[in-house]
Amino acid sequence: MSLIDWSRAQFALTAIYHWIFVPLTLGLALVMAIMETIYYRTKNDFWKQTAKYWQTLFGINFAVGVATGLILEFEFGTNWSNYSWFVGDIFGAPLAIEGIVAFFMEATFVAVMFFGWNKVSRGFHLASTWLTGIGATISAWWILVANSWMQYPVGMEFNPDTARNEMVDFMAVAFSPMAVNKFCHTVLSGWVLGSIFVVGVSCWYLLKKRDKEKDFALKSIKIGAWTGLVAAGLCALTGDGAGYEVAQRQPMKLAAMEGYYEGEEGAGLVAFGILNPAKETPTDSVDPFLFRIEVPHMLSLLAERDPEAFVPGIKNILEGGYTQKDGTVALSVEEKIARGRNAITVFSHYRIAKAEGDTATAIAARETLEENMPYFGYGYIKNAEDVVPNVPLTFYMFRIMVMLGGYFILFFMVVLFLVYKKDLSRMKWMHWVALLTIPLGYIAGQAGWAVAECGRQPWVIQDMLPTNVAVSQLSTSSVQLTFFIFLFLFTVMLIAEIGIMCKTIKKGPKL
Amino acid sequence: MRERLMKVWLLYADGFRNMTIGKTLWALILIKLFIMFCILRVFFFPNYLNNVADNDFQKEDFVSQQLIDRCP
Repeated sequence: MSLIDWSRAQFALTAIYHWIFVPLTLGLALVMAIMETIYYRTKNDFWKQTAKYWQTLFGINFAVGVATGLILEFEFGTNWSNYSWFVGDIFGAPLAIEGIVAFFMEATFVAVMFFGWNKVSRGFHLASTWLTGIGATISAWWILVANSWMQYPVGMEFNPDTARNEMVDFMAVAFSPMAVNKFCHTVLSGWVLGSIFVVGVSCWYLLKKRDKEKDFALKSIKIGAWTGLVAAGLCALTGDGAGYEVAQRQPMKLAAMEGYYEGEEGAGLVAFGILNPAKETPTDSVDPFLFRIEVPHMLSLLAERDPEAFVPGIKNILEGGYTQKDGTVALSVEEKIARGRNAITVFSHYRIAKAEGDTATAIAARETLEENMPYFGYGYIKNAEDVVPNVPLTFYMFRIMVMLGGYFILFFMVVLFLVYKKDLSRMKWMHWVALLTIPLGYIAGQAGWAVAECGRQPWVIQDMLPTNVAVSQLSTSSVQLTFFIFLFLFTVMLIAEIGIMCKTIKKGPKL
Repeated sequence: MRERLMKVWLLYADGFRNMTIGKTLWALILIKLFIMFCILRVFFFPNYLNNVADNDFQKEDFVSQQLIDRCP
Protein backbone atom coordinates (compact mmCIF):
# COMPACT_ATOMS: atom_id res chain seq x y z
CA MET A 1 0.00 0.00 0.00
CA SER A 2 1.23 3.47 -0.87
CA LEU A 3 1.35 6.65 1.20
CA ILE A 4 -1.94 7.78 -0.29
CA ASP A 5 -3.63 4.47 0.58
CA TRP A 6 -2.41 4.59 4.18
CA SER A 7 -3.40 8.23 4.53
CA ARG A 8 -6.87 7.45 3.22
CA ALA A 9 -7.14 4.35 5.39
CA GLN A 10 -6.17 6.37 8.46
CA PHE A 11 -8.72 9.07 7.71
CA ALA A 12 -11.40 6.47 6.97
CA LEU A 13 -10.64 4.64 10.22
CA THR A 14 -10.95 7.86 12.24
CA ALA A 15 -14.15 8.89 10.45
CA ILE A 16 -15.69 5.41 10.87
CA TYR A 17 -15.04 5.42 14.62
CA HIS A 18 -16.28 8.99 14.94
CA TRP A 19 -19.49 7.99 13.17
CA ILE A 20 -20.09 5.21 15.67
CA PHE A 21 -20.69 7.80 18.39
CA VAL A 22 -22.27 10.73 16.55
CA PRO A 23 -25.51 9.15 15.22
CA LEU A 24 -26.38 7.64 18.58
CA THR A 25 -25.84 11.04 20.21
CA LEU A 26 -28.20 12.65 17.68
CA GLY A 27 -30.79 9.89 17.95
CA LEU A 28 -30.86 9.45 21.72
CA ALA A 29 -30.98 13.24 22.15
CA LEU A 30 -34.33 13.28 20.35
CA VAL A 31 -35.82 10.24 22.08
CA MET A 32 -34.86 11.37 25.58
CA ALA A 33 -36.19 14.88 24.86
CA ILE A 34 -39.54 13.43 23.76
CA MET A 35 -39.68 11.35 26.96
CA GLU A 36 -38.88 14.34 29.13
CA THR A 37 -41.56 16.34 27.30
CA ILE A 38 -44.08 13.66 28.29
CA TYR A 39 -42.86 13.96 31.88
CA TYR A 40 -43.25 17.74 31.68
CA ARG A 41 -46.82 17.40 30.44
CA THR A 42 -47.94 14.54 32.70
CA LYS A 43 -45.81 15.20 35.81
CA ASN A 44 -45.67 11.38 36.08
CA ASP A 45 -42.46 10.35 37.85
CA PHE A 46 -42.25 7.23 35.69
CA TRP A 47 -41.43 9.37 32.65
CA LYS A 48 -38.88 11.33 34.64
CA GLN A 49 -37.02 8.12 35.51
CA THR A 50 -37.40 6.84 31.95
CA ALA A 51 -35.96 10.05 30.50
CA LYS A 52 -33.16 10.02 33.09
CA TYR A 53 -32.24 6.46 32.19
CA TRP A 54 -31.92 7.18 28.45
CA GLN A 55 -30.03 10.36 29.32
CA THR A 56 -27.50 8.23 31.20
CA LEU A 57 -26.93 6.07 28.13
CA PHE A 58 -26.72 9.25 26.04
CA GLY A 59 -24.12 10.57 28.51
CA ILE A 60 -21.96 7.45 28.20
CA ASN A 61 -21.98 7.61 24.42
CA PHE A 62 -21.41 11.37 24.48
CA ALA A 63 -18.47 11.11 26.88
CA VAL A 64 -16.72 8.37 24.94
CA GLY A 65 -17.37 9.98 21.59
CA VAL A 66 -16.66 13.60 22.48
CA ALA A 67 -13.66 15.11 20.67
CA THR A 68 -13.06 12.07 18.45
CA GLY A 69 -13.80 14.41 15.55
CA LEU A 70 -10.87 16.61 16.56
CA ILE A 71 -8.51 13.86 15.44
CA LEU A 72 -9.80 14.38 11.92
CA GLU A 73 -8.71 18.00 12.22
CA PHE A 74 -5.25 16.91 13.36
CA GLU A 75 -5.06 14.79 10.23
CA PHE A 76 -6.00 17.71 7.99
CA GLY A 77 -2.98 19.67 9.22
CA THR A 78 -0.52 16.78 9.13
CA ASN A 79 -1.59 14.34 6.44
CA TRP A 80 -3.57 16.63 4.15
CA SER A 81 -1.62 19.87 4.34
CA ASN A 82 -1.99 20.79 0.64
CA TYR A 83 -5.72 20.28 0.94
CA SER A 84 -5.92 22.31 4.16
CA TRP A 85 -4.15 25.23 2.56
CA PHE A 86 -6.01 24.99 -0.74
CA VAL A 87 -9.49 25.06 0.86
CA GLY A 88 -8.58 28.02 3.04
CA ASP A 89 -11.31 29.51 5.18
CA ILE A 90 -14.13 27.77 3.35
CA PHE A 91 -13.44 24.65 5.32
CA GLY A 92 -12.04 26.45 8.36
CA ALA A 93 -15.04 28.76 8.91
CA PRO A 94 -17.74 26.07 9.29
CA LEU A 95 -15.43 24.00 11.50
CA ALA A 96 -14.65 27.01 13.70
CA ILE A 97 -18.35 27.86 14.04
CA GLU A 98 -19.03 24.21 14.85
CA GLY A 99 -16.36 24.18 17.56
CA ILE A 100 -17.64 27.34 19.25
CA VAL A 101 -21.33 26.41 19.04
CA ALA A 102 -20.69 22.86 20.19
CA PHE A 103 -18.57 23.96 23.12
CA PHE A 104 -20.89 26.63 24.46
CA MET A 105 -24.25 24.98 23.77
CA GLU A 106 -23.30 21.49 24.78
CA ALA A 107 -21.11 22.45 27.75
CA THR A 108 -23.90 24.62 29.16
CA PHE A 109 -26.98 22.55 28.47
CA VAL A 110 -25.45 19.10 28.97
CA ALA A 111 -24.44 20.23 32.48
CA VAL A 112 -27.96 21.50 33.27
CA MET A 113 -29.45 18.30 31.84
CA PHE A 114 -27.33 16.03 34.04
CA PHE A 115 -26.86 18.15 37.15
CA GLY A 116 -30.04 20.22 37.07
CA TRP A 117 -32.73 17.69 38.09
CA ASN A 118 -34.58 19.16 41.12
CA LYS A 119 -32.31 22.23 41.00
CA VAL A 120 -33.77 24.13 38.07
CA SER A 121 -37.42 24.41 37.07
CA ARG A 122 -38.92 21.56 35.06
CA GLY A 123 -39.39 23.91 32.11
CA PHE A 124 -35.78 25.07 32.16
CA HIS A 125 -34.58 21.51 32.46
CA LEU A 126 -36.71 20.43 29.52
CA ALA A 127 -35.41 23.35 27.46
CA SER A 128 -31.83 22.31 28.33
CA THR A 129 -32.49 18.75 27.22
CA TRP A 130 -33.89 19.91 23.89
CA LEU A 131 -31.05 22.43 23.47
CA THR A 132 -28.49 19.69 24.09
CA GLY A 133 -29.91 17.83 21.11
CA ILE A 134 -30.29 20.98 19.04
CA GLY A 135 -26.66 21.93 19.84
CA ALA A 136 -25.43 18.54 18.64
CA THR A 137 -27.56 18.87 15.51
CA ILE A 138 -26.26 22.36 14.75
CA SER A 139 -22.73 21.00 15.14
CA ALA A 140 -23.57 18.33 12.61
CA TRP A 141 -24.88 21.02 10.27
CA TRP A 142 -21.54 22.81 10.06
CA ILE A 143 -19.55 19.62 9.63
CA LEU A 144 -21.87 18.55 6.85
CA VAL A 145 -21.64 21.99 5.23
CA ALA A 146 -17.86 21.52 5.08
CA ASN A 147 -18.23 18.01 3.68
CA SER A 148 -20.84 19.09 1.14
CA TRP A 149 -18.59 21.84 -0.12
CA MET A 150 -16.02 19.20 -0.99
CA GLN A 151 -18.67 17.33 -2.99
CA TYR A 152 -20.05 20.48 -4.62
CA PRO A 153 -17.65 23.44 -4.29
CA VAL A 154 -19.67 26.67 -4.50
CA GLY A 155 -19.46 30.21 -3.17
CA MET A 156 -15.70 30.52 -3.59
CA GLU A 157 -13.00 31.84 -5.91
CA PHE A 158 -9.48 30.51 -6.30
CA ASN A 159 -6.88 33.16 -5.52
CA PRO A 160 -3.64 32.34 -7.39
CA ASP A 161 -1.72 34.81 -5.22
CA THR A 162 -2.33 32.79 -2.08
CA ALA A 163 -3.06 29.40 -3.70
CA ARG A 164 -6.23 29.31 -1.62
CA ASN A 165 -9.93 29.25 -2.29
CA GLU A 166 -11.62 32.28 -0.80
CA MET A 167 -15.25 32.45 0.22
CA VAL A 168 -17.25 34.97 -1.79
CA ASP A 169 -20.76 33.84 -0.85
CA PHE A 170 -21.24 32.45 2.66
CA MET A 171 -24.93 31.68 2.06
CA ALA A 172 -24.12 29.65 -1.05
CA VAL A 173 -21.70 27.56 1.01
CA ALA A 174 -23.92 27.23 4.08
CA PHE A 175 -27.17 26.51 2.23
CA SER A 176 -26.09 24.72 -0.91
CA PRO A 177 -28.71 22.13 -1.92
CA MET A 178 -26.08 19.45 -1.42
CA ALA A 179 -25.55 20.59 2.20
CA VAL A 180 -29.27 20.86 2.97
CA ASN A 181 -30.03 17.37 1.66
CA LYS A 182 -26.98 15.81 3.22
CA PHE A 183 -27.78 17.39 6.58
CA CYS A 184 -31.39 16.18 6.61
CA HIS A 185 -30.51 12.70 5.43
CA THR A 186 -27.60 12.30 7.85
CA VAL A 187 -29.36 13.64 10.95
CA LEU A 188 -32.44 11.55 10.20
CA SER A 189 -30.24 8.46 9.90
CA GLY A 190 -28.99 9.29 13.40
CA TRP A 191 -32.57 9.46 14.65
CA VAL A 192 -33.24 6.06 13.07
CA LEU A 193 -30.21 4.57 14.83
CA GLY A 194 -31.20 6.13 18.17
CA SER A 195 -34.69 4.67 17.81
CA ILE A 196 -33.34 1.23 16.89
CA PHE A 197 -31.09 1.41 19.95
CA VAL A 198 -34.01 2.28 22.25
CA VAL A 199 -36.20 -0.51 20.84
CA GLY A 200 -33.32 -3.03 20.96
CA VAL A 201 -32.25 -2.26 24.51
CA SER A 202 -35.85 -2.25 25.69
CA CYS A 203 -36.40 -5.64 24.07
CA TRP A 204 -33.40 -6.94 26.03
CA TYR A 205 -35.33 -6.29 29.26
CA LEU A 206 -38.29 -8.20 27.83
CA LEU A 207 -36.03 -11.02 26.71
CA LYS A 208 -34.56 -11.27 30.20
CA LYS A 209 -38.10 -11.28 31.63
CA ARG A 210 -37.28 -8.49 34.04
CA ASP A 211 -40.79 -7.77 35.22
CA LYS A 212 -39.77 -4.60 37.04
CA GLU A 213 -38.74 -3.04 33.74
CA LYS A 214 -41.55 -4.48 31.60
CA ASP A 215 -43.73 -1.36 31.58
CA PHE A 216 -40.67 0.83 31.09
CA ALA A 217 -39.54 -1.32 28.15
CA LEU A 218 -42.91 -1.40 26.41
CA LYS A 219 -43.44 2.35 26.75
CA SER A 220 -39.89 3.05 25.58
CA ILE A 221 -40.46 0.75 22.60
CA LYS A 222 -43.58 2.70 21.63
CA ILE A 223 -41.70 6.04 21.70
CA GLY A 224 -38.66 4.56 19.96
CA ALA A 225 -40.65 2.81 17.24
CA TRP A 226 -42.84 5.82 16.43
CA THR A 227 -39.79 8.10 16.31
CA GLY A 228 -37.93 5.54 14.22
CA LEU A 229 -40.78 5.01 11.77
CA VAL A 230 -41.21 8.74 11.13
CA ALA A 231 -37.43 9.25 10.89
CA ALA A 232 -36.92 6.27 8.57
CA GLY A 233 -39.73 7.46 6.28
CA LEU A 234 -38.26 10.95 6.15
CA CYS A 235 -34.81 9.46 5.67
CA ALA A 236 -36.04 7.72 2.52
CA LEU A 237 -37.50 10.99 1.24
CA THR A 238 -34.33 12.98 1.93
CA GLY A 239 -32.29 10.14 0.46
CA ASP A 240 -34.17 10.75 -2.76
CA GLY A 241 -33.23 14.45 -2.52
CA ALA A 242 -29.61 13.58 -1.79
CA GLY A 243 -29.58 11.18 -4.76
CA TYR A 244 -30.97 13.87 -7.04
CA GLU A 245 -28.19 16.24 -5.96
CA VAL A 246 -25.60 13.55 -6.66
CA ALA A 247 -27.09 13.08 -10.13
CA GLN A 248 -26.80 16.81 -10.81
CA ARG A 249 -23.36 17.49 -9.30
CA GLN A 250 -21.53 14.16 -9.28
CA PRO A 251 -22.86 12.09 -12.20
CA MET A 252 -19.86 9.75 -12.07
CA LYS A 253 -20.71 8.84 -8.47
CA LEU A 254 -24.31 8.12 -9.46
CA ALA A 255 -23.13 5.94 -12.36
CA ALA A 256 -20.84 4.01 -9.99
CA MET A 257 -23.67 3.61 -7.46
CA GLU A 258 -25.70 1.95 -10.22
CA GLY A 259 -22.90 0.06 -12.01
CA TYR A 260 -24.20 2.01 -14.97
CA TYR A 261 -21.85 2.18 -17.96
CA GLU A 262 -23.94 2.90 -21.07
CA GLY A 263 -26.21 5.90 -20.70
CA GLU A 264 -29.71 5.84 -22.13
CA GLU A 265 -33.03 7.63 -22.12
CA GLY A 266 -35.59 6.13 -19.74
CA ALA A 267 -32.84 4.44 -17.72
CA GLY A 268 -33.81 1.71 -15.28
CA LEU A 269 -32.75 1.40 -11.65
CA VAL A 270 -31.02 -1.80 -10.54
CA ALA A 271 -33.14 -3.03 -7.64
CA PHE A 272 -30.94 -6.03 -7.13
CA GLY A 273 -27.85 -7.10 -9.02
CA ILE A 274 -24.58 -9.00 -8.94
CA LEU A 275 -21.69 -7.27 -10.67
CA ASN A 276 -19.58 -9.19 -13.13
CA PRO A 277 -16.01 -9.45 -11.75
CA ALA A 278 -14.76 -10.01 -15.32
CA LYS A 279 -15.54 -6.38 -16.10
CA GLU A 280 -12.09 -4.83 -15.83
CA THR A 281 -12.30 -1.50 -17.61
CA PRO A 282 -15.20 0.86 -18.26
CA THR A 283 -14.68 0.62 -22.01
CA ASP A 284 -14.42 -3.16 -22.46
CA SER A 285 -17.42 -4.95 -23.92
CA VAL A 286 -18.03 -7.23 -20.90
CA ASP A 287 -21.55 -7.06 -19.46
CA PRO A 288 -21.21 -5.31 -16.07
CA PHE A 289 -23.78 -7.63 -14.45
CA LEU A 290 -24.01 -11.36 -13.93
CA PHE A 291 -27.56 -10.88 -12.83
CA ARG A 292 -29.85 -7.93 -12.27
CA ILE A 293 -33.45 -7.01 -11.58
CA GLU A 294 -34.24 -3.58 -12.94
CA VAL A 295 -37.10 -1.16 -12.33
CA PRO A 296 -37.72 0.41 -15.76
CA HIS A 297 -37.36 4.20 -16.11
CA MET A 298 -36.76 4.60 -12.38
CA LEU A 299 -33.18 5.90 -12.61
CA SER A 300 -34.25 8.62 -15.07
CA LEU A 301 -37.14 9.53 -12.81
CA LEU A 302 -35.01 9.71 -9.66
CA ALA A 303 -32.01 11.40 -11.28
CA GLU A 304 -33.80 13.86 -13.57
CA ARG A 305 -37.43 13.84 -12.35
CA ASP A 306 -38.41 12.67 -15.83
CA PRO A 307 -38.94 8.96 -16.64
CA GLU A 308 -37.73 9.47 -20.22
CA ALA A 309 -34.68 11.65 -19.47
CA PHE A 310 -31.18 10.71 -20.56
CA VAL A 311 -28.85 9.71 -17.72
CA PRO A 312 -25.15 9.50 -18.66
CA GLY A 313 -23.28 6.32 -17.79
CA ILE A 314 -19.62 5.90 -16.95
CA LYS A 315 -18.64 5.55 -20.63
CA ASN A 316 -20.63 8.63 -21.62
CA ILE A 317 -19.00 10.72 -18.90
CA LEU A 318 -15.56 9.52 -20.00
CA GLU A 319 -16.22 10.16 -23.69
CA GLY A 320 -18.44 13.26 -23.40
CA GLY A 321 -20.41 14.46 -26.42
CA TYR A 322 -23.89 14.19 -24.92
CA THR A 323 -26.15 17.19 -24.44
CA GLN A 324 -26.37 18.33 -20.84
CA LYS A 325 -29.38 19.83 -19.10
CA ASP A 326 -28.18 23.38 -19.76
CA GLY A 327 -27.96 22.67 -23.49
CA THR A 328 -24.17 22.51 -23.62
CA VAL A 329 -22.31 19.48 -24.93
CA ALA A 330 -20.41 17.56 -22.25
CA LEU A 331 -16.63 17.57 -22.60
CA SER A 332 -14.79 14.27 -22.60
CA VAL A 333 -12.50 13.58 -19.66
CA GLU A 334 -9.51 13.86 -22.04
CA GLU A 335 -10.66 17.40 -22.95
CA LYS A 336 -11.08 18.22 -19.27
CA ILE A 337 -7.58 16.88 -18.57
CA ALA A 338 -6.20 19.15 -21.31
CA ARG A 339 -7.98 22.17 -19.84
CA GLY A 340 -6.84 21.23 -16.34
CA ARG A 341 -3.22 20.97 -17.48
CA ASN A 342 -3.61 24.35 -19.16
CA ALA A 343 -4.91 25.79 -15.86
CA ILE A 344 -1.94 24.44 -13.91
CA THR A 345 0.53 25.65 -16.56
CA VAL A 346 -0.85 29.19 -16.56
CA PHE A 347 -0.96 29.11 -12.76
CA SER A 348 2.80 28.49 -12.92
CA HIS A 349 3.23 31.24 -15.53
CA TYR A 350 1.22 33.62 -13.39
CA ARG A 351 3.46 33.10 -10.39
CA ILE A 352 6.65 33.54 -12.45
CA ALA A 353 5.29 36.65 -14.18
CA LYS A 354 4.22 38.12 -10.86
CA ALA A 355 7.62 37.48 -9.30
CA GLU A 356 9.32 39.11 -12.30
CA GLY A 357 6.93 42.09 -12.25
CA ASP A 358 5.58 41.23 -15.73
CA THR A 359 2.05 42.55 -15.19
CA ALA A 360 0.75 41.98 -18.75
CA THR A 361 1.71 38.30 -18.75
CA ALA A 362 0.36 37.89 -15.24
CA ILE A 363 -3.04 39.35 -16.20
CA ALA A 364 -3.27 37.17 -19.32
CA ALA A 365 -2.28 34.07 -17.34
CA ARG A 366 -4.84 34.83 -14.65
CA GLU A 367 -7.63 35.22 -17.20
CA THR A 368 -6.77 31.86 -18.76
CA LEU A 369 -6.59 30.31 -15.29
CA GLU A 370 -10.06 31.60 -14.39
CA GLU A 371 -11.48 30.22 -17.66
CA ASN A 372 -10.08 26.77 -16.97
CA MET A 373 -10.39 26.71 -13.19
CA PRO A 374 -13.51 24.46 -13.19
CA TYR A 375 -11.23 21.73 -14.62
CA PHE A 376 -8.15 22.49 -12.49
CA GLY A 377 -8.17 19.11 -10.75
CA TYR A 378 -8.35 17.19 -14.02
CA GLY A 379 -4.85 18.43 -14.78
CA TYR A 380 -3.50 15.90 -12.27
CA ILE A 381 -5.32 12.93 -13.77
CA LYS A 382 -2.96 10.64 -15.70
CA ASN A 383 -5.50 8.44 -17.49
CA ALA A 384 -9.12 9.31 -18.19
CA GLU A 385 -10.29 6.09 -16.50
CA ASP A 386 -8.71 7.21 -13.23
CA VAL A 387 -11.79 9.40 -12.63
CA VAL A 388 -13.95 6.27 -12.23
CA PRO A 389 -14.38 5.37 -8.54
CA ASN A 390 -14.39 1.83 -7.19
CA VAL A 391 -17.63 0.64 -8.80
CA PRO A 392 -18.23 -2.62 -6.83
CA LEU A 393 -17.61 -0.91 -3.49
CA THR A 394 -19.91 2.02 -4.30
CA PHE A 395 -22.57 -0.21 -5.89
CA TYR A 396 -22.81 -2.72 -3.04
CA MET A 397 -22.52 -0.16 -0.22
CA PHE A 398 -25.36 1.81 -1.77
CA ARG A 399 -27.53 -1.29 -1.90
CA ILE A 400 -26.68 -2.26 1.67
CA MET A 401 -27.73 1.22 2.83
CA VAL A 402 -30.96 1.28 0.83
CA MET A 403 -31.99 -2.27 1.69
CA LEU A 404 -31.34 -1.71 5.38
CA GLY A 405 -33.28 1.57 5.18
CA GLY A 406 -36.24 -0.35 3.77
CA TYR A 407 -35.82 -3.03 6.41
CA PHE A 408 -35.89 -0.42 9.20
CA ILE A 409 -39.24 0.94 8.00
CA LEU A 410 -40.64 -2.60 8.02
CA PHE A 411 -39.02 -3.31 11.39
CA PHE A 412 -40.62 -0.30 13.08
CA MET A 413 -44.01 -1.09 11.54
CA VAL A 414 -43.86 -4.69 12.81
CA VAL A 415 -42.72 -3.54 16.26
CA LEU A 416 -45.60 -1.06 16.47
CA PHE A 417 -48.10 -3.68 15.34
CA LEU A 418 -46.86 -6.18 17.91
CA VAL A 419 -46.64 -3.72 20.77
CA TYR A 420 -50.17 -2.37 20.19
CA LYS A 421 -52.05 -5.41 18.85
CA LYS A 422 -50.19 -8.38 20.38
CA ASP A 423 -48.21 -9.10 23.51
CA LEU A 424 -44.70 -8.13 22.47
CA SER A 425 -43.35 -8.96 25.91
CA ARG A 426 -43.81 -12.69 25.16
CA MET A 427 -42.34 -12.70 21.66
CA LYS A 428 -38.81 -13.87 22.22
CA TRP A 429 -38.02 -14.05 18.51
CA MET A 430 -38.87 -10.36 18.10
CA HIS A 431 -36.66 -9.45 21.05
CA TRP A 432 -33.77 -11.12 19.26
CA VAL A 433 -34.64 -9.41 15.98
CA ALA A 434 -34.67 -6.03 17.74
CA LEU A 435 -31.33 -6.73 19.44
CA LEU A 436 -29.70 -7.87 16.21
CA THR A 437 -31.04 -4.81 14.41
CA ILE A 438 -28.83 -2.52 16.54
CA PRO A 439 -25.60 -3.39 14.65
CA LEU A 440 -27.51 -3.14 11.36
CA GLY A 441 -28.29 0.49 12.21
CA TYR A 442 -24.57 1.18 12.45
CA ILE A 443 -23.80 -0.75 9.26
CA ALA A 444 -26.37 1.28 7.30
CA GLY A 445 -24.81 4.58 8.43
CA GLN A 446 -21.28 3.46 7.64
CA ALA A 447 -22.37 2.13 4.24
CA GLY A 448 -23.94 5.51 3.46
CA TRP A 449 -20.70 7.29 4.23
CA ALA A 450 -18.75 4.77 2.16
CA VAL A 451 -20.98 5.62 -0.82
CA ALA A 452 -20.54 9.36 -0.25
CA GLU A 453 -16.78 9.30 0.22
CA CYS A 454 -15.55 6.37 -1.90
CA GLY A 455 -18.01 7.24 -4.66
CA ARG A 456 -16.44 10.67 -5.14
CA GLN A 457 -12.92 9.40 -5.63
CA PRO A 458 -10.47 10.38 -7.01
CA TRP A 459 -11.61 13.79 -5.81
CA VAL A 460 -11.02 15.27 -2.41
CA ILE A 461 -12.68 18.42 -3.78
CA GLN A 462 -14.91 17.60 -6.74
CA ASP A 463 -13.14 18.45 -10.04
CA MET A 464 -10.68 20.74 -8.26
CA LEU A 465 -8.27 18.66 -6.23
CA PRO A 466 -7.61 14.93 -6.46
CA THR A 467 -6.72 12.99 -3.34
CA ASN A 468 -3.14 12.25 -4.43
CA VAL A 469 -2.36 15.99 -4.70
CA ALA A 470 -4.03 16.82 -1.40
CA VAL A 471 -1.81 14.50 0.61
CA SER A 472 1.35 15.62 2.46
CA GLN A 473 4.67 14.03 1.55
CA LEU A 474 5.13 12.15 4.81
CA SER A 475 6.94 8.88 5.19
CA THR A 476 4.58 5.94 4.74
CA SER A 477 5.87 4.34 7.93
CA SER A 478 4.83 7.35 10.04
CA VAL A 479 1.29 7.16 8.67
CA GLN A 480 1.25 3.38 9.28
CA LEU A 481 2.35 3.97 12.86
CA THR A 482 -0.42 6.48 13.58
CA PHE A 483 -2.92 4.24 11.83
CA PHE A 484 -2.20 1.42 14.27
CA ILE A 485 -2.08 3.78 17.26
CA PHE A 486 -5.56 4.97 16.32
CA LEU A 487 -6.78 1.45 15.73
CA PHE A 488 -5.64 0.51 19.22
CA LEU A 489 -6.95 3.67 20.91
CA PHE A 490 -10.33 3.64 19.23
CA THR A 491 -10.78 -0.05 19.91
CA VAL A 492 -10.02 0.52 23.59
CA MET A 493 -12.53 3.39 23.67
CA LEU A 494 -15.16 1.30 21.94
CA ILE A 495 -14.64 -1.58 24.36
CA ALA A 496 -14.86 0.91 27.24
CA GLU A 497 -18.11 2.32 25.88
CA ILE A 498 -19.69 -1.06 25.28
CA GLY A 499 -18.55 -2.22 28.73
CA ILE A 500 -19.93 0.81 30.59
CA MET A 501 -23.08 0.78 28.49
CA CYS A 502 -23.76 -2.92 29.14
CA LYS A 503 -23.17 -2.46 32.86
CA THR A 504 -25.63 0.44 32.98
CA ILE A 505 -28.21 -1.44 30.93
CA LYS A 506 -27.95 -4.48 33.21
CA LYS A 507 -28.47 -2.21 36.19
CA GLY A 508 -31.60 -0.78 34.58
CA PRO A 509 -33.58 2.38 35.30
CA LYS A 510 -34.43 3.49 38.84
CA LEU A 511 -38.18 2.98 38.67
CA MET B 1 -26.10 38.76 40.41
CA ARG B 2 -23.74 37.25 42.99
CA GLU B 3 -26.49 34.97 44.19
CA ARG B 4 -27.16 33.82 40.65
CA LEU B 5 -23.49 33.09 40.04
CA MET B 6 -23.40 31.18 43.33
CA LYS B 7 -26.35 29.07 42.16
CA VAL B 8 -24.56 28.26 38.91
CA TRP B 9 -21.42 27.37 40.83
CA LEU B 10 -23.38 25.11 43.17
CA LEU B 11 -25.11 23.42 40.24
CA TYR B 12 -21.75 22.40 38.82
CA ALA B 13 -20.06 21.70 42.18
CA ASP B 14 -22.92 19.51 43.49
CA GLY B 15 -23.26 17.85 40.14
CA PHE B 16 -19.62 16.85 40.01
CA ARG B 17 -19.61 15.82 43.69
CA ASN B 18 -22.64 13.55 43.37
CA MET B 19 -21.62 11.87 40.14
CA THR B 20 -21.60 8.07 40.12
CA ILE B 21 -20.97 6.71 36.65
CA GLY B 22 -19.99 10.24 35.65
CA LYS B 23 -16.70 9.93 37.54
CA THR B 24 -15.64 7.01 35.34
CA LEU B 25 -16.73 8.93 32.26
CA TRP B 26 -14.83 12.06 33.26
CA ALA B 27 -11.73 9.96 33.89
CA LEU B 28 -12.16 8.49 30.43
CA ILE B 29 -12.60 11.94 28.86
CA LEU B 30 -9.54 13.36 30.62
CA ILE B 31 -7.34 10.39 29.69
CA LYS B 32 -8.54 10.66 26.10
CA LEU B 33 -7.92 14.42 25.91
CA PHE B 34 -4.46 13.96 27.46
CA ILE B 35 -3.55 11.31 24.89
CA MET B 36 -4.96 13.42 22.07
CA PHE B 37 -3.44 16.78 22.91
CA CYS B 38 -0.30 15.93 24.88
CA ILE B 39 0.87 12.85 22.99
CA LEU B 40 -0.74 12.53 19.57
CA ARG B 41 -0.86 16.23 18.72
CA VAL B 42 2.66 16.96 19.96
CA PHE B 43 4.55 13.88 18.78
CA PHE B 44 2.57 12.48 15.87
CA PHE B 45 0.51 15.27 14.38
CA PRO B 46 2.58 18.40 13.95
CA ASN B 47 1.28 20.90 11.42
CA TYR B 48 3.12 19.82 8.28
CA LEU B 49 3.28 23.28 6.71
CA ASN B 50 4.68 24.79 9.90
CA ASN B 51 7.59 22.37 9.57
CA VAL B 52 8.42 23.29 5.99
CA ALA B 53 7.68 27.02 6.07
CA ASP B 54 8.08 29.82 8.58
CA ASN B 55 5.30 32.16 7.53
CA ASP B 56 2.19 32.37 5.37
CA PHE B 57 4.14 33.72 2.40
CA GLN B 58 6.44 30.68 2.44
CA LYS B 59 3.47 28.37 2.96
CA GLU B 60 1.63 29.68 -0.08
CA ASP B 61 4.84 29.40 -2.07
CA PHE B 62 5.34 25.82 -0.89
CA VAL B 63 1.78 24.72 -1.67
CA SER B 64 1.81 26.52 -5.04
CA GLN B 65 4.98 24.67 -5.97
CA GLN B 66 3.40 21.40 -4.87
CA LEU B 67 0.35 22.12 -7.02
CA ILE B 68 2.59 22.81 -10.01
CA ASP B 69 5.11 19.99 -9.48
CA ARG B 70 2.52 17.25 -8.99
CA CYS B 71 1.07 17.82 -12.45
CA PRO B 72 2.15 14.77 -14.53
